[in-house]
Amino acid sequence: MNWEVVIGLEVHLQLATRSKIFSGAATEFGAQPNTQACAVDLAMPGMLPVLNEQAVRYAVMFGLGIGADIGLRSVFDRKNYFYPDLPKGYQISQFQAPVVGRGEFEIQLEDGSTRSIGITRAHLEEDAGKSLHEDFHGMTGIDLNRAGTPLLEIVSEPDLRSAEEAVAYLKTLHSLVTYLGISDGNMAEGSMRCDINLSLRPRGSSTLGTRAEIKNVNSFRFVEKAIRHEIERQADILEAGGQVVQETRLYDADRDETRSMRSKEVANDYRYFPEPDLLPVVIDEAWVESLRASLPELPAAKRQRFISDYGLSTYDAGVLAASRPLADYYETVVEGCGDAKIAANWVQVELLGQLNRGELELHQSPVAATALAGLIRRILDHSISGKIAKQVFEAMWAGEGDADTIIAARGLRQVSDSGALAALVDEVVSGNPAQVAQYLAADEGKRKKLAGFFVGQIMKLSKGQANPQMVNELLNQKLAAAGSDGES
Amino acid sequence: MHELSVAQLSLGLREKQFSSLELTRRYLDRIRALDGQYNSFVTVDEEGALAAAAAADARLAAGETGPLLGIPLAHKDIFCTRGIRTSCGSRMLDNFVPPYDATVTSRLREAGTVMLGKTNMDEFAMGSSNESSFYGPVHNPWRPDCVPGGSSGGSAAAVAARLAPLATGTDTGGSIRQPAAFCGITGLKPTYGRVSRLGMVAFASSLDQGGPMARSAEDCALLLNAMAGFDPLDSTSSELPVEDYSAGLQQPLAGLRIGLPREYFGQGLDAATGERIHAALALLEQQGAKLVDISLPHTGLSIPTYYIIAPAEASTNLSRFDGVRYGYRCTQPQNLHDLYTRSRQEGFGDEVKRRILVGTYALSAGYYDAYYKKAQQVRRLIRQDFLDAFDAVDVIAGPTTPGPAFALGAKGSDPLAMYLEDVYTLAVNLAGLPGMSVPAGMVDGRPVGLQLIGQHFQEARLLNVGHQLQQASDWHLQAPAGGEQ
Repeated sequence: MNWEVVIGLEVHLQLATRSKIFSGAATEFGAQPNTQACAVDLAMPGMLPVLNEQAVRYAVMFGLGIGADIGLRSVFDRKNYFYPDLPKGYQISQFQAPVVGRGEFEIQLEDGSTRSIGITRAHLEEDAGKSLHEDFHGMTGIDLNRAGTPLLEIVSEPDLRSAEEAVAYLKTLHSLVTYLGISDGNMAEGSMRCDINLSLRPRGSSTLGTRAEIKNVNSFRFVEKAIRHEIERQADILEAGGQVVQETRLYDADRDETRSMRSKEVANDYRYFPEPDLLPVVIDEAWVESLRASLPELPAAKRQRFISDYGLSTYDAGVLAASRPLADYYETVVEGCGDAKIAANWVQVELLGQLNRGELELHQSPVAATALAGLIRRILDHSISGKIAKQVFEAMWAGEGDADTIIAARGLRQVSDSGALAALVDEVVSGNPAQVAQYLAADEGKRKKLAGFFVGQIMKLSKGQANPQMVNELLNQKLAAAGSDGES
Repeated sequence: MHELSVAQLSLGLREKQFSSLELTRRYLDRIRALDGQYNSFVTVDEEGALAAAAAADARLAAGETGPLLGIPLAHKDIFCTRGIRTSCGSRMLDNFVPPYDATVTSRLREAGTVMLGKTNMDEFAMGSSNESSFYGPVHNPWRPDCVPGGSSGGSAAAVAARLAPLATGTDTGGSIRQPAAFCGITGLKPTYGRVSRLGMVAFASSLDQGGPMARSAEDCALLLNAMAGFDPLDSTSSELPVEDYSAGLQQPLAGLRIGLPREYFGQGLDAATGERIHAALALLEQQGAKLVDISLPHTGLSIPTYYIIAPAEASTNLSRFDGVRYGYRCTQPQNLHDLYTRSRQEGFGDEVKRRILVGTYALSAGYYDAYYKKAQQVRRLIRQDFLDAFDAVDVIAGPTTPGPAFALGAKGSDPLAMYLEDVYTLAVNLAGLPGMSVPAGMVDGRPVGLQLIGQHFQEARLLNVGHQLQQASDWHLQAPAGGEQ
């Protein structure tokens, strides 16, 4: 049968606050276990939560970024369950009145087309700690550094139809939240974790099939693989006449498979109720407006501006606007060199190529945007050719200095002096009488091809630094003169 | 010395009639000599008390004059005290020594008070008789065969027996007022949010409130002055400025309208107790107060409402006691489930378990709307009853309890009978109002308490009325027998 895939994603986004959502403990990643857990995080008796205003600000910024309804009165609830890495025995979350209501945003697919994906809601909650099962000889270690880290849980509508769309959604989301500066988006450190709700239905059907939830997938690649695997698994079941069990599954990256974690029939009753230790969060309309006014230009708007102002293709604009640092880098290059298209080429081909080869992040690039602009200026003012520029760029990458220094040190400046070029032309023309005779004997059509031989020789003699346009002109004059000499 | 009021003690300290060290030694001696019969303290910190007294004497010598500087007191064992075990009356926290102070204890430490020790209480403040304590029941100093009330029974008994001039208490459904009534002392539950809850082991977060317990309204005012105030670490604490609660004590009562809810004087009220209450009210009337009949129509719903909301909140507040990080842990847990179930089974007493079960049930899927949500709706009606009543009266008065202290063991096997003890006090917590109990005479050698209920943040008014009553009566000055050393 022909199945339609229906996917909704829940993304747990770690917000980039310096302290936790309900305590003053630091949120920095990688500290020694339990060194960033205060009495509140440890749920010591009598300790009370105090809401971190910055977490609310970030959540509202996200809501504004997707054009969502902002909950002017949101409520924290307790979600009750026992687990050793959940010190209070409940997680403080938002259930009935989230801070961000319905919104939507556009995702861009590989082929350049776009789709609008609905966001059901986004709510604030605290992260749990970590259980460590290794190195404790049959016991479990608990690290509560992460307990209380602010999370924004972003719940999508079941609007996604394929693994590609899911990944595009996540990439767009990643781009948005890093633009907003509300999360570092560091997937490897768990800043963006994803639960996948997936079901199949016969194409054309409007009722949803039974879904399975795949928990805690933390990279774009794993999301794609987990979805592909899960589609296959469910299709096999349905095609064999079976039924999908509603359950929670875990993606095992090592084996590239999902397996059952627990069945929803025995699911926890979380006994949600309003958290009595916190008052409802009441947000002022004016405060929301001031946040709206301070939002940076967002990826979609930037992409559009790159297309209309710089004349870039949709694809190029998409690549360059995908991350804020890259877009900023690109715009600095444009500003420094004045040619948006050449700048786009250099950033995408040379810069990104070098970064990929070196497995570097943009901020680690040895060539600053202003330095790259300096190099492009030398192409534009004909000091060097594009080909030489690539050599210069490599030298810049290797740390040999800026473009002008390298051009000077290596003597790469293009020769445009007509006297010097004329001497070269003379040398080549007089050194190859046979080819000159052949040229003169040839008709107009063949002459062009034969002229290439002389140009090649001249460029070789100049180590590539001769101004090719002037060489052509001088050569034509010289050969024409040789022809009239011969006739006379 | 131990019969002096706090104001008199403070004067004596300032005038060097005695030192804080001498005063503290007197109380420690009395505790050592007498508390064997009351069991009002679970921890006595002699060493800490003497050190604090010496420090207070140094501050006094340097010319400092705080009204509580050098005054001994006792803290209910629900307030965390840095370096001193805070058991909450439970085996679960029998080994728990907090590395921090509650806001209340730290403020009182800074005010120069001298903590004598920690007082006995119903386990996790759940009870009206002090019989649910892991450390055994407290005996009422007036009648040792009777309960002192609960849950702040240890604090009430200690103050009544002159083992401490002041004590802190907490009140979730009457836990300051009811033991104050049973022990013949004065106790005030402030408006919800007036006193920080930080470092107070939580029972029911939306109802819990700490407050002062002392022999007189005047002394309660001094203690409340130091306890009250905004705490940025308690999101439910009020930013409203704190007034000087001693300043208005002398205000005459002429023209004061006192509302008497007919629901508080009906069936269920012990006749002799009712007579004492009317006699006390007559004293207020003589001072120019007007007694006005009022109605609080939803009073009858306060017990079921309270016994949904309080256990619901408690059931999740007590989830943190899981044997993982601190507190009681069962021996040789076989696995995680075993660790949880046995630690909690062995660490909690019956009343605590009963309330956890009730609360868990009330919050469960399918029951939430019928119980918890409904209870919250009724809670609003109860609150509205009071707000409506306060359109016509300034203060509401009635009995604190249906009768005087009952015998130890009398209601231990019947939780419902025990819950009925709180019929006049629960609504005040549900409405977040301030309430106070002041001594109003005796029935068969057992004290009776007059309850005064005020509008939100009008603690000063209650203290004023209580003080004026105490100017016209001497019930608060009477001491139980057996206090001689």
